Amino acid sequence: MIKHIPILLIAIPLLAAFMLPIIGRIGIKVRDLVVLMVLLTVNFLLFYIIPEVALNGKVMYYVVGAVDPSALHPESLGFPIRIVLKIDGFSLFMGIISAVVALSAFLYSQSYIKNDERKSYYQILLMLMLVGMLGLELTNDLFNFFVFMEVLSISCAALVAYNTEERHPPYAGYKYMLISAIATSFLLLGIGFCYAQYGSFNMDYIHSKMQHNLIDKMAMIFMIIPLAMKAGAIPMHMWVPDTYSEAPAPVTAMLVTASQASLYALFRFSFSLYGNPVSSVSINYNTLGWIIITLGVLSMFIGVTMALVQHDVKRLMAFHAVSQTGYMLLGVGVGIAVYAAADGGSSFNAYGKVAMTGGIFHIMNHAFYKGLLFLTSGVIVRRFGTRNLDKMIGLAHRDTFTAVAFIIGAMAIAGIPPFNGFASKILIYESVYKFSPLLSVIAMFVSVLTLASFVKVFYSAFLGPRRDDLIVDKSPLPFGMKAGMGILCVLVVLLGLFPDVVIETLVKPAVSALVTIR
Amino acid sequence: MGNYFLYVTVVLLIFIGVTALLYKKNLIKIVIALNIVESGLNLFFLTLAYRPGGTAPIFTLAPGLEELKMVLPTPQALILTNIVIGFATSALMLTLAIMTYRNNKTLDIQKLRGVEDHD
Repeated sequence: MIKHIPILLIAIPLLAAFMLPIIGRIGIKVRDLVVLMVLLTVNFLLFYIIPEVALNGKVMYYVVGAVDPSALHPESLGFPIRIVLKIDGFSLFMGIISAVVALSAFLYSQSYIKNDERKSYYQILLMLMLVGMLGLELTNDLFNFFVFMEVLSISCAALVAYNTEERHPPYAGYKYMLISAIATSFLLLGIGFCYAQYGSFNMDYIHSKMQHNLIDKMAMIFMIIPLAMKAGAIPMHMWVPDTYSEAPAPVTAMLVTASQASLYALFRFSFSLYGNPVSSVSINYNTLGWIIITLGVLSMFIGVTMALVQHDVKRLMAFHAVSQTGYMLLGVGVGIAVYAAADGGSSFNAYGKVAMTGGIFHIMNHAFYKGLLFLTSGVIVRRFGTRNLDKMIGLAHRDTFTAVAFIIGAMAIAGIPPFNGFASKILIYESVYKFSPLLSVIAMFVSVLTLASFVKVFYSAFLGPRRDDLIVDKSPLPFGMKAGMGILCVLVVLLGLFPDVVIETLVKPAVSALVTIR
Repeated sequence: MGNYFLYVTVVLLIFIGVTALLYKKNLIKIVIALNIVESGLNLFFLTLAYRPGGTAPIFTLAPGLEELKMVLPTPQALILTNIVIGFATSALMLTLAIMTYRNNKTLDIQKLRGVEDHD
C-alpha cells in the first residue's frame, strides 16, 4: 500500500474531482463530505510519509505503468521513457503546504461561496488546482510537469473568473490565463531544448548527463524566466495585483500556493536539472545566483513600495505577496551563488545552506500567513461591500475573531516574534549578511515597510468607532470561515513557537534533496 | 536541408506569434497569436522527433531490428497532449473574452484597465 502513495496522492483528488458532478446529484451534503474526506486523505497520506521520506532521507520513486512501480529498473534509468514520480524532501515539503492550504481554503469557501448550482464546479476546480500543484511537485518528468502546470493554470484562471457576472473577474481570469499560457509555452520550448540534447524527459537522467553547453544554457533561460513570471517576481509581476484582487478570497489563498509551486519549480530546475557542475564549462552559478538575487531584491523593494500607496485592501495584500516572494528568491539565490564556489564548499556550508533553509522555510510560512491574510480580507470585503480602505472603519467591535487572525497574520508577515515570519526571516537576515551586508539591510528595511503598511490596514479596517451603518453583511461569521482561518492561525503560531521542529523534520531534508554535490 | 527548413519555420511561427502577442490589442486576436506560438512549438517537437526511414516502435517488428530503425514515440504523444491542452486554453480564453465583452462592452485591452473605478 505504502508504495502506491505517490500515485494515490494525484489520483484520489483527480478522480474525485470528475466524480463530483455525479455525487452532487445524490445530495449537496454528500458532495461536501466527499470533498472534505478527499482533502483529509491527501493530508493524511502526506503526513504519513514524513517519517520515511523526511526523517530517513529515503526517496520514494513510483514508475507509472511498471509491474513493480517502486522498483526502479536499471535499464529504465539507462533509457528512461516511463513517467516517474519522485517524492523527496522538497516535494514532500511543498506537497504539505499545498494540501494544508487547500484544506483550509475549502473549509472557508464552504461558507464563503454561495451555495448555488455552480458550487459543484467551484469544488471541481478547487480539487483540480490541488491536483495540478501536487502533480507538478511530485513529478520527475519534464513533460508531465508541463501538463500539471497547465492543469493548474486552467483551473486557476477559471476560479479567478468565478464571479462572472461582476465586471472585472473575467478579465482578470483572461489575464491570468494569458500569462500562464505564454509562460508555459516558453517553458515547453525549454523542455524541447533539453529533449533535443538528451533524448529524454526524465529529470534525474538529464541531471546525470548534463553537459552545460550553449543549448542547455538557452534551455535554462527559457525555463527560469517563465517560472519567475508565474511566481510573480518583479519585472513580470503585472498580473499579480489584478488576479489576486479579483479572485474570491479562498481562491486567492490557493493562488498564493500556486505561485509558490512555480517557485518550487524554479528552485528544482536550478538544482535538480543543472546542479551538477562539470569543471570549467558549467553554468556560472555565481551569475545565476545573482540573477535570482536581483529578481528577489527588486521584488521585495518595489513590491512593498507599491503596496504602501494602495487603497484597495486586496491589491495591497497582492503587492505584499510579490514582496514576500522576494525573500525566498533572495535566500535561495544566495545559496545558488555560493553553490559551486571555488572554495570547496566552505562558504556554502558556512552560510549558503542557512540562506537556503531560510528561503525554503519562508515558502511555507508565506503560504500560511498570506493565505490567512487573504482569508481575513474576504471577511473585511464581505462586511463592508467594498475593497476601498478609506470606506471602512471599526470592524474589530464586531469581528473580534477576524481582528485577532489579522493581527497574527500581519505580525507574521512583518517578521515579529513569536510568529513564523520571524523564524524564517531571521535565518535569511543572518546568512545573507555574511554574503552581502547591503542585501540584508534591504531585507530588514522591507520588513519595516511591510509592518507600516499593515498597520495602515489594521487602523483603517479594524480600529475606530463602531459604525454599523457601513456594514453591508450583518450575518454572524459562519463556522466554516472560522475553521479555515483558525487552522492557518494555529499553524502560524505553532511554526513561530517551534521553528526548530519544522526545520529539522521538513526544511533540512528539503534543502538536502536539492543539494547534490556537497 | 529539409530539416533546417522546418526549424526556420518553427522560429518564424514563434516569432510571428510573439510579435502578434506584443502588438495586438484585441482579446480575440491575442488568443489567435497564442495559437500560432503553440503551432510553432508543436512543429518544433515533431521536427525533433522525426527520424528519416524510421518505423513505429511495435513489438512484433522487433525481430528485424537490424535493418529497422525504431522511433521513440514520446514526442508525438506529447504533441497530442499539447494540442489538447492548447484547445482547452483557447476555449477558456475565448469564453473569458466573451464574458469580458459582455461586462465591459469592449475587447480593447487599452480600454480594459479601469483600475481607478475599483472601489
